Parts: sequence; C-alpha cells; structure tokens
Amino acid sequence: MSLSIRFRQMPAVFTLILGIAAIALPSLAFADQASLTPASRLINPDELVRILQSAKSEKPLMIQVGSHVLYTQAHIPGSEYIGPASSETGLQSLRKRVESLPRNQFIVLYCGCCPWSHCPNINPADDALHAMGFSNVKVLFIADNFGADWADKGYPVAKGD
Amino acid sequence: MKKGILRGLALIVVVAGLYLVARHHGMPADARNTKVGEQSVAPDFSLPELTGQKLALSSYRGKVVLLDFWATWCDACREEIPHFVELQSKYGDQGLQIIGVSMDDGPEPVREFYQRFKMNYPVVMGNAKAGELYGGVLGLPIAFLIGRDGRISAKHIGATDVSVFEKEIANLLRKGALMTTDLNTTDPSGRTPPSLGTGKLLFTIVLAVVLLLLGQSMVRHRFFEGGRFHRNGSVGQ
Repeated sequence: MSLSIRFRQMPAVFTLILGIAAIALPSLAFADQASLTPASRLINPDELVRILQSAKSEKPLMIQVGSHVLYTQAHIPGSEYIGPASSETGLQSLRKRVESLPRNQFIVLYCGCCPWSHCPNINPADDALHAMGFSNVKVLFIADNFGADWADKGYPVAKGD
Repeated sequence: MKKGILRGLALIVVVAGLYLVARHHGMPADARNTKVGEQSVAPDFSLPELTGQKLALSSYRGKVVLLDFWATWCDACREEIPHFVELQSKYGDQGLQIIGVSMDDGPEPVREFYQRFKMNYPVVMGNAKAGELYGGVLGLPIAFLIGRDGRISAKHIGATDVSVFEKEIANLLRKGALMTTDLNTTDPSGRTPPSLGTGKLLFTIVLAVVLLLLGQSMVRHRFFEGGRFHRNGSVGQ
C-alpha cells in the first residue's frame, strides 16, 4: 500500500478511534456503579438463606439501603430499613445505626431496587461502613431486582414496616 | 323415574346457584390472591398527583395507557422518561396517555425532576398498596401497557427499548376505541370477578352429564320397561 493511500486513510481511522472513545468513556464512567464492590465482599442470595436458616451460623445485621416503598412491599425478614444510601440523609441514618456496634459485626447490606450495575445505593453504603472501620460487611448480590432474585425464588419475605 | 328426574333437576339448580354465587362475588384485587398479567383487567387505583388532586386510572378507559412505575433515583427510569415524553407528544392526540407512578418516598424530589425533565404527562405518588395491586413492584422500572378496553396488554420489567413500546402503542391505538363495558369490568370497590371461562365450562359439563343421565332414564322407562325394544335390538312385546 502506498504512503499516499495510508495518509488518506488516517483521518478515517482517527475518527473511528475518537468515535469509539466517545461512546466507551461515558459508559465506563457511569455504568457499573454497584459492580465496584469487590467479589470477596459479595454474598449470593442462596448463601444468605443458608446462613439465616442454619441454627449454628452467626446471624448478620441486615440493612436495606434502598427504597422504603419497595421495603414495605417485601423485605428479608429481620432486616431493617435505614433510608436510601444514595442520599446524604440515608447515609447519616446508616452511620448512626451502626456507630455503637463492634467493628467486626457481621453486616449484610442489600437494595434490589434496580439491576446490579445501576443500583445507586449499594456502593455508597458499603463505602460508608468501610470508612467507619467495619471489616465484616457483605453486600447481597441482586442481579436484576429484589422481586426476580429473591421473592420470586421463594426465599422468605416479610411485608410492612 | 320420577325420583331420578327430581334429583336431576335439583342438581341443576344447585350447580346453577353455585355458578351465580361465584360469578358475583369476586375476590379482592390483591396481589397475594390474583396474578396480574397480560389480558387481565388493570386494577383501578386513585392516587394523588403532584398537584394534590386525585387521579383515577378508570377515568382513562377508552385510551391506551402506558403505566410506568419509576423513581427519581432509578437510573434506568431516567433513561426511559425522555422517550416517554416524546411518545406522549407524538401519540397523545391519537389516544395515548402515559401515567407515571413515582415510588419515591416523598413528592419533593419528584416535583424537581418533573420540571427538569419537562414531563408532559401526569405523575402520581405511588405506595406499597399500589405496587401490590400490580403484582408487587419490587424493582424499577416496571411498565404496563393497557388497551382501550382496560386490559393489560404487556408488562415490561427493567429498562426497555423505546422502539418496543412504540410498536406496541401503535398496535393498540390501531385497534380502535372500545368503550363497551363488559362483564369483567372492575367494580368501584376495586374487586375483579374471577374468570368466567372455567365456571362456564364446569357448568356445561355437569349439565351435559345430568341431561345424559336423565335422557337415559327416560329412554329406559319409555322403551325398555314398556317392552317395545329388547336389549338385542329387536322390536316387539
């Protein structure tokens, strides 16, 4: 291929690269909010159910950090509602709830409002607890929403406040 | 013979009575006891708009309704809403009405969102009861398409491409206005009668069996006991 042809192709190549970058960079910036949680801090629904149903396992403090309306329709029995962790008010409530607890307290955070990669509540809640020094925090992995990944699978639910 | 006929008639009366009782005493439209799905009548509700006025779903009978459960903190909802604004502009005069049901904890963020996104359709403040009416709204967004006859035509869980909505809306609008009220209309108390199909079928089967038995009984009495026909098919005394 002659040099003149290569040079004529360069603008098209640059345009293509810029176009890909223009699409990819915003996606990287705003997507996968909840997937920032390391895999080692995740717990699957079936694992949590086993822990809750086992007589021997240490029972966690479970905190729902999403929507109150969703919580009152269905939540994990024994879990507490604290407020949406995407808001500063919700985060303050969360900090207040746990501040007197030992830092090795087993805590499970969950939301289930939205598909995992779009949940605005889980990461702020997880980050807040780790900033306070809590070392035994797990985040319940809910791929799509609480309905599809917990209630519809027949796992125990409670209603109301 | 007389006893047999009387028994048959009594059975018909009992079955008919049971059918009528089942038909007129529907179960409450409660998500625990009914499954809201395609072709079921969309449960009615009356919820406050951002202005404070009450909005009743039933007042939109005759229009194609896109009922969207959403919240201001829901990313996928924020992506859908501008498209819904476009759909409302495009198809509003053909009979489309989009209604947003916000599942936020309070109206303040919703009002701000409404202005910022220049929403052009009513938004009501939802609650747990509204969610339960629609089978449990345990994740967002969830959207229902409701035909002019008040029946749910489609349910979409999670973010859905606007082209899917547009195609379904266009189809429903083409079906034309049907303002007839059929027997399955939700009554003002919010109760929905159970499906008539199963009841009718059972009633028909039972009636057919009863008539068959009655018929056999009559034939036996008229022909066999009277001696006109013998079991081997020959005729005579």
